[in-house]
Amino acid sequence: MSEPQEITPIDKSDLVGIAAGLFAEGYRFVQVSCVTLESSYELTYSFDKHYRLKNLRVIAGPEEEIPSISVIFPNAFLYENEIHDLFGLTIRNMAVDYRGTLYRTTIRTPFSIGKVKIPVPPQPKAPTQEEKPATATVSSTINEPQGGS
Amino acid sequence: MAHRNLIPFGPQHPVLPEPIHFDLVTEDEKIVDAIPSISYVHRGLESLVEKRDFIDYVHVADRICGLCSFMHSMGYCQAVEEIMGVEVPERALYLRTIWAELSRLHSHIFWLGVAADAFGFESLFMQALRLREPVLDIFEETTGGRVILGASKVGGVRRDIDADSLAGIVKRLAKLRPELEELSTVFITDYSVKHRLCGVGYISKEDAYILGCVGPMARASGLDMDMRVIGYSAYKYLDVQPMVETAGDCYARCLVRIREMLHSIDLVREAIGKIPDGPVEVKVKGFPNGEYMSRIEQPRGEVIHYAKGNGSRFLQRFRVRVPTFSNIPAMIRILKGSEIADVPNIILTLDPCISCTER
Repeated sequence: MSEPQEITPIDKSDLVGIAAGLFAEGYRFVQVSCVTLESSYELTYSFDKHYRLKNLRVIAGPEEEIPSISVIFPNAFLYENEIHDLFGLTIRNMAVDYRGTLYRTTIRTPFSIGKVKIPVPPQPKAPTQEEKPATATVSSTINEPQGGS
Repeated sequence: MAHRNLIPFGPQHPVLPEPIHFDLVTEDEKIVDAIPSISYVHRGLESLVEKRDFIDYVHVADRICGLCSFMHSMGYCQAVEEIMGVEVPERALYLRTIWAELSRLHSHIFWLGVAADAFGFESLFMQALRLREPVLDIFEETTGGRVILGASKVGGVRRDIDADSLAGIVKRLAKLRPELEELSTVFITDYSVKHRLCGVGYISKEDAYILGCVGPMARASGLDMDMRVIGYSAYKYLDVQPMVETAGDCYARCLVRIREMLHSIDLVREAIGKIPDGPVEVKVKGFPNGEYMSRIEQPRGEVIHYAKGNGSRFLQRFRVRVPTFSNIPAMIRILKGSEIADVPNIILTLDPCISCTER
């Protein structure tokens, strides 16, 4: 059964304001997930109320700072530290800042741009002989040299 | 003001088989602050999506944790299936539900034993682990594995369970139930257990909600929150009832888990009674292109498996938000104001799974 999941793209400058609005409406903060793109990061903030997920999507460059929502949702500090440690993004004004020591990975910021291999989707194949348009087939048949003549 | 001391708790501690560390700031015997540290055994399993295609990755998801192994592979498969629009056969959904509830049952029995051991109640520990064995035997007979089941796959499940075996499972659980009730009665009524747990490690309903508590920890504080209610897998056909307590202390968390053990037996029996005939898998064609957050209820609470694909056979991103990670902020809140002697019991009744957290 598909669970309806709404994703709303927002600007990072609106993040704190919208999060405060969701807190006032009684949403709970569920998680932040981050995806490494070619030259930027895609952060998805998830909130839940009555088993309904509401997601906010922020796109940020590698040098950009993201405002922390841990002042509003106090449990957000763990997720923000995680993103800082694994992706190298800077989160401004975290309620608890581990300064890069939450995840003591051997490779620093293992999910940052350049360290993640983004999979290449398969290219559409060139049509095979059987898949070529019918007219082309007819044409090639006509132009075939007559064997034995 | 009393003199402050910094007392380390973990990463190696007699009550915890897995490494987590807390710096406990104390004034006399009272904790005034707690700073958690994780990542002692971080494995980077999420980054393995670069090297294992979306079909193979099920085996990696299965190995995120030993206690909730099946639930991780199930959640992963569910996310990929939703992206690809795969209609999983009903029988496979029921089988997944049966294995998931058996996983919850054995996880809670195991927790009961470990908690008893932490109180110094070793006979209760031995009895709990004895009662866990029949559940592991069912796993072994139906999947071939006792810990890592490897039963889930994208598009369904790898194995079917025949009618005789299903009837056998019902019989064995019927035999197990009175023994579990007897064991639970000892746990619930024993004076020393109540003395150690009642009124200890309290968190209010409001704090539990704001701090993102999930699972038995949230339900013990009065939050009626159980992801099975969403109706994933075959839960939509079953009578799922979230087990809710209101006291918010260690004892309430124990009661929730004990009631959930018995409810899991009921759900397995109900699922076996309703399971339809039919295929247990469908052939999956193409590659995942899209994203989905699959939410399921593990023994420790809501887990999120987020998958994103771009049409390649390798996923672009896979992330697991595990319940223990979500419960850490509440753990800090509970520890503040507690007595230093209560810390092991508090942490145990939160049932942290570091294996999941260090995925």
